[in-house]
Amino acid sequence: MLRYTVKRLLQLSVALLGLSLLLFAWFKALPGGPENRLLPENATDQQREALRASLGLDDPVWVQYGEFLGRIVRFDFGSSLSSGRPVATELADRLPATIELSLAAMVIAVGIGIPLGYLAAKRRGTWLDFTAVSGSLLGTCIPIFFLAAMLKVVFAQELGLLPTAFRLSAGAQYTDVTGLRVLDGLITGEFDVAWDALLHLVLPAIALSSIPLAVIVRITRASVLDVVGEDYVRTADAKGLKPATIRGRHVMRNAMLPIATIIGLLLGSLFAGAVLTESVFAFGGIGSFVYQATTERDYPALMGFILVIAVFYVVINLIVDLSYGFLDPRVRVRK
Amino acid sequence: MRTSPIPVRRALAAAAGAAMALGLFTACGSDGGSQGDADTAEDFDFSCPERTDGDPAPDEAANESQPFVFGSPGDPTSIDPVLASDGETFRVTRQIFETLISTDCTDNAPGLAESWDQNPEGTEWTFHLREGVTFHDGTALDGAAVCANFDRWANFKGGFQSPNFTYYYSAVFGGFAENDPAMGIESESIYEGCTADGLDATISLSKYTSSFPGAFTLSSFSIISPASLEAVADAELPAADSPLPEYSQTAGTLAGTGPFTLTDWNHSEQQVTLERNDEYWGEKAGVKTLIFRTISDETARRQALEAGDIHGYDLAAPADVQPLLDAGFQVPVRGVFNLLYLTYTQGHAPLEDHAVREALSYAVDRQRLVDSVLPPGGLVATQFQPPSLEGWSEDVVQYEYDPEKAKDMLAEAGHEDLTLEFCYPTDVTRPYMPAPKDIFDMIAADLEAAGVTVEARPISWVEYIPATRSGDCPLYLLGWTGDFSDPYNFLGTWFAAPSTEWGFDNQEIFDAIAAANTEPDEATRVDLWKTANEAIMEELPGLPLTSSPPSIAFAANVYPPDVSPLTQEDFSQVYFTAGS
Repeated sequence: MLRYTVKRLLQLSVALLGLSLLLFAWFKALPGGPENRLLPENATDQQREALRASLGLDDPVWVQYGEFLGRIVRFDFGSSLSSGRPVATELADRLPATIELSLAAMVIAVGIGIPLGYLAAKRRGTWLDFTAVSGSLLGTCIPIFFLAAMLKVVFAQELGLLPTAFRLSAGAQYTDVTGLRVLDGLITGEFDVAWDALLHLVLPAIALSSIPLAVIVRITRASVLDVVGEDYVRTADAKGLKPATIRGRHVMRNAMLPIATIIGLLLGSLFAGAVLTESVFAFGGIGSFVYQATTERDYPALMGFILVIAVFYVVINLIVDLSYGFLDPRVRVRK
Repeated sequence: MRTSPIPVRRALAAAAGAAMALGLFTACGSDGGSQGDADTAEDFDFSCPERTDGDPAPDEAANESQPFVFGSPGDPTSIDPVLASDGETFRVTRQIFETLISTDCTDNAPGLAESWDQNPEGTEWTFHLREGVTFHDGTALDGAAVCANFDRWANFKGGFQSPNFTYYYSAVFGGFAENDPAMGIESESIYEGCTADGLDATISLSKYTSSFPGAFTLSSFSIISPASLEAVADAELPAADSPLPEYSQTAGTLAGTGPFTLTDWNHSEQQVTLERNDEYWGEKAGVKTLIFRTISDETARRQALEAGDIHGYDLAAPADVQPLLDAGFQVPVRGVFNLLYLTYTQGHAPLEDHAVREALSYAVDRQRLVDSVLPPGGLVATQFQPPSLEGWSEDVVQYEYDPEKAKDMLAEAGHEDLTLEFCYPTDVTRPYMPAPKDIFDMIAADLEAAGVTVEARPISWVEYIPATRSGDCPLYLLGWTGDFSDPYNFLGTWFAAPSTEWGFDNQEIFDAIAAANTEPDEATRVDLWKTANEAIMEELPGLPLTSSPPSIAFAANVYPPDVSPLTQEDFSQVYFTAGS
């Protein structure tokens, strides 16, 4: 297992190096430079040239890439061109919001998606199945900004139950431990902060969960349908095992393999997909930061963000791979 | 061809009507007529009409206990205003730090200096400071404090000289005491020094430009306590891509003189918290706590206001203005201080032909743009500067919408089947251009109606500026929002010398602008600017389209600040009102 993990991590390093080279070449090939965003539109050509020169953007690309790599190995992502703050600090400030939001969305998606998918499979052809399947179709089709607007109109503006934006109420005092506000509030005993953060988390998490929820419902349903037809389930049933045991030990455990893979992939994509949700709910995560970085050709910020996302993606998939060993003894045996 | 100034008045009257129809107010109004007088264009102060919302009683309990929360479209970048060039930073720093000269509407007004003098050459500016002003750290404001600030900026080294950080300093003063070759600034500084005498400070320049005294109103040149500057004197910014120094990102490092002090800057919550300065020399702030929170999405800002999560926000979408008003929110109309134009890039045949440029100008229905795309308060532009600036001329040549005339002129010029490429930006809105695609569509439809085939060329903003600068686009939309009261800030940056972005070479215009820019005498300078504007509209390098005020919205239970054409709202005027 250790050897396998080390091998995967080495593969990861090579993948990241290749990715950084690819991204760097791509960013540099894009027309237009950051000076056109950083300076007002009536800045003179001399001022734009001065800025390009002072940022080293006129150096040959390989020189710039060399400097970039040199910084990365020192764990220095450089500073964001638009905010002037170190990229690592920006990411550290904003990443917890994205993690909190993604986890909350995944809790909703998994917490509702798996039972619903299971029930839809067990009651195939009933109104519940029909509702779950058509609901999941709707979930994948509905644009997040539209869903977000609807949620805000109903729960914030009409019912006044939930806030429309931010992670905490204005001026709220809190103790920062992990950066995950709900968790921090629980850890430090600031339950009012935890409650406030939870209220702020509900709508964006629901909006972000719509697509993964839909996917998980469909995958679970299909996977369970696949498994319940297997001989070993029928045998278990014939042996007179309790339905709960059949469900837990034979059906769900086997059905979980494709679901776990999908959850891993979805969690990675949630990080990237949070861009829109965070922007619509002013959630202050890396989503809005990276959107701004993209439009401004803020190369250091973009490189930092993409490398972090890549690491997350690979790490999550590594965890999923390792979880197969737990879920499926045959995988363990093969290793 | 000259036409009568009547359309100008009509446009202004339309703007006046639109503003008055809102039944609310707008701002500043140092010299505007009263509301009752505002029924004709001549009497209507189109830049800053008087506000008419009275003086509602404050809700004292709410003002002391409830923070006023404002939704900003973006994050501030630096507490030290000289290191910034963006409006979101200045929105915050303007509440904490003050400049020598302030603005009343678009006019210069006393700030930290009660008055100021210039020598006849315009190279020595003496500021007579207010008595009894203290910084938030308890030290007193005097001439020496002012000089300490100017000397500090002039002696910036290394990355502090990059236009990425000190754009406005190098734009106004040319360069630094010792230009760092690595920072790309090559022009010499015109700042020669500062001498202090009690409450007087005299700033010496090597030459006059019309940027003065308007440039002294720039938030970048806010006066900071020398004691607090001394404490951060070791801060380093070695290169243009170095992180901004820690002091510029942290509350409590720099002391200003403004109505608020900065108590917290929470980067992860994108929230800046200010508290009332009870020792303020002027009128004390209405609310005890003022919070700026970033909401980058304009729909999210509106929804947050509607849900009561915030009490005001800036850059409301034009389409949201009327629904907000109908729902009881306040959307005070700012005066206009920007300009959107359509360029006819000469060098792309047949745009060198004056008759073609004229024909295209007659083809565009600018009033329709104002009526259907812009927020209330927008108006048709007749020249390349907003009407509130000195030198705006009623006698410029005008090109009233006349599609038949446009067709005839194109036929006469032998261009009945003219095809032109038309560029517009895709991923941006600007205060002068709230909906680039909509504006493009309307103008393109007008041109098509006159028989011109338009080839659309959408371009992302980071590519748009180089594409238009290089003269690559025959037709394109662009504009500018003024930094301060100075026509050169508009005309000079466009028409001071031949450029590929316009493609024309008219020495008469270049000379007229140079003459106005270097004339220290105000009355003479105003005439020179008028001459320049008239020469430009004869040449017709492009068509000035519109000026439009970016909309700002507030909750019903709030007394909003006087709104400013320069978007320089003073939030100390804000308070919660009783009985709502």
